[in-house]
Amino acid sequence: MNKKKRRLIMRTIILAVLALALVYTLYANFTKDSNQTIKKGDTAPDFALVDLDGNKHKLSDYKGQGIFLNFWATWCKPCEYEMPYMDNQYQHYKDQGVQILAVNVDESTLAVEKFVKRHNLTFPVAIDKGSQVLAAYGVDPLPTTFVIDKEGKVVDVLSGSLSEAAIQQHMESIKP
Amino acid sequence: MNDIKCECGHVNPYGTILCEKCGRLLDETQKDSKLIDMRYEGGARRSQTYNKTIVDKIWNFFSSVKIGIWLIVLVLAASAIGTILPQEMYIPKTMTAAEYYEETYGWFGKLYYLLGFHNLYSSWWYLALIAFLGMSLTIASIDRIVPLYRSLTKQKVERHEGFMKRQRIFGVSETDQTDTQDLKQRLEKQRYKVREENGSLLAEKGRFARWGPYVNHLGLILFLLGGMLRFVPGMYVDEILWIREGETKAIPGTDGKYFLKNDEFILEVYDKDDKDFSEAIERTGTVAKNYQSNVTLYEKDGETLPGEEVNLKKIKDAQIKVNIPLKHDHYALYQMDYKKDELNTMSFDLINKKTEESFGSMTVDLNDPKPKYDLKEGYSVELESYFPDFEFDDKGTPITKSKIPDNPAFVFTMYTPDKPKGETSFVAIKQTLEPLGENTYKLAFAGIETRNAAGLAVRKDMTLWLLFIGGGIFMIGVIQGSYWNHRRIWIQRRNGQMWLAGHTNKNWHGLKRDIEQVIKGTDIEEPVDQAQDEPSSKKGEVLNG
Repeated sequence: MNKKKRRLIMRTIILAVLALALVYTLYANFTKDSNQTIKKGDTAPDFALVDLDGNKHKLSDYKGQGIFLNFWATWCKPCEYEMPYMDNQYQHYKDQGVQILAVNVDESTLAVEKFVKRHNLTFPVAIDKGSQVLAAYGVDPLPTTFVIDKEGKVVDVLSGSLSEAAIQQHMESIKP
Repeated sequence: MNDIKCECGHVNPYGTILCEKCGRLLDETQKDSKLIDMRYEGGARRSQTYNKTIVDKIWNFFSSVKIGIWLIVLVLAASAIGTILPQEMYIPKTMTAAEYYEETYGWFGKLYYLLGFHNLYSSWWYLALIAFLGMSLTIASIDRIVPLYRSLTKQKVERHEGFMKRQRIFGVSETDQTDTQDLKQRLEKQRYKVREENGSLLAEKGRFARWGPYVNHLGLILFLLGGMLRFVPGMYVDEILWIREGETKAIPGTDGKYFLKNDEFILEVYDKDDKDFSEAIERTGTVAKNYQSNVTLYEKDGETLPGEEVNLKKIKDAQIKVNIPLKHDHYALYQMDYKKDELNTMSFDLINKKTEESFGSMTVDLNDPKPKYDLKEGYSVELESYFPDFEFDDKGTPITKSKIPDNPAFVFTMYTPDKPKGETSFVAIKQTLEPLGENTYKLAFAGIETRNAAGLAVRKDMTLWLLFIGGGIFMIGVIQGSYWNHRRIWIQRRNGQMWLAGHTNKNWHGLKRDIEQVIKGTDIEEPVDQAQDEPSSKKGEVLNG
């Protein structure tokens, strides 16, 4: 009986090791694409960008305030639609501790400046030269917005054009 | 689940066919057969013996050779299906996969996509099949190698007469005068290992060939482990880096540690008069001689946040050619693709439309245009809007499709002494519009400058050593099992007769020749091949052994 018990334990151990290897492989395979993507609940990776006016914006300096981090391009129509809404809400929330930072995806300074001027945008706009921030956040469709709370935690990831009501609601949610 | 006690007194585990000690036949159903099944030495395969708990049931499932063969068939079939249409990673990125497969391959493509075959090799079920095959290999091997080892090391020299009689090679000689010491010496001369007990002999050679299949399995398991290791972060990188001449970019897959600058991309073709290639050139137009990227490799110096200016430390200059990659720190950069003559700058002359007099020229950097260009005293041009990849949208407004300057268009305002308020002109390739009325001046197209882009593959593979070891062990196993045979000869003195039986796992002809050599000149008669005498004997068996 003792021998059989030992054999059962051996078999259980070997099967468990093999099953673990299988589970790990499947898990690693399905997370390999999303590994570099920042998801809801993750800590927002720190970055530092210089905006069009020459001011440096370091994410960690905004601790204590909510950040509405928007990635966009001039050639992206849905990005263009939500810009005026974002600007309205920025005026309303900037003194209540919620900031907007719009990050352009490595376009020419001229194209971005013309765009900002055309839409009279008042919130800071920075160009991600070299697309390093884009890579750090794993931004895929444009526009993508990361709603970051005062602790630096991503509370929501929004892709696609947003209505003014939606922008208002999300900015309200990260008010410190 | 009772153990079986043999008449000789030895207790065998349940499922044993031949007594481990004396070789007596224990399986009643085989009593009438002329030959015995020597597979696994008649030992009990562990899985067959009991089937109690769920663990045992899973174990038995994977231990089955039948299941193993089915798994191999399924893996082969699935792998083949994955090659019918190109996998998703190889299709052009111009449209979504769903559209691409249906448009290119019709209903079959749609079905292929819907069944998920466009990503077959990383699908959960394909990986599960491979993993099951690995489990089957592991468990089936453990299940057989343990009892096989036991019976091969426990072999007794004297075997029961039923065992002797049912061997394929068997013969009885009516003599008891034979000198067993002489036989022993002859066997040893044939490089047999001979054991002696009470005047009986057991001669054996090439026993290690029996481990061949298991060594082979071990190699396969290591190979699969190497494949699995690719999923561990940092072990395997396979990325593409598109980099234009003059650009410096972070190398993907290196976590921002390494940067590369493309100094120049060169495409050389063979000369038309080249005597080796002139025929081919006539047929196809050009024959490429060399694809080469001259690059500089940099390492990031110091910690920076994404978005911050990085300090780069130069490591080396390199020339990347086809099959001559740039290697550094386990990474390799291969020349894979190129894009020639991408628009880089565009030049214009400001001229008077009537007199064609020029008032200076300007060059626009299409990747970073300036807002204002100063020409001759009093003349300047402002760039109002820039569309790198221009088209009209459905409302007739100019828009850009992307940031790549494939089809640039500009809205310029030209300031001249006689038109101080400026004249607006819309300039695109091969067209000029004057949306705000007839202009006196125009920007005449004066030329373009292009640059090339190199497509480099970024590779890192830390699993190769394991794949090589696995492959090597696999081959050792194949050689071990194919070029050596496990041959055994039993010789016993019984009731004034000499009994001789022989067994081998393959190459029966070789065994017979060995026996011939041993008994030459003695009173022992040549034994018979009992399988050959049988009327139903398969011909192939003689050949394969």
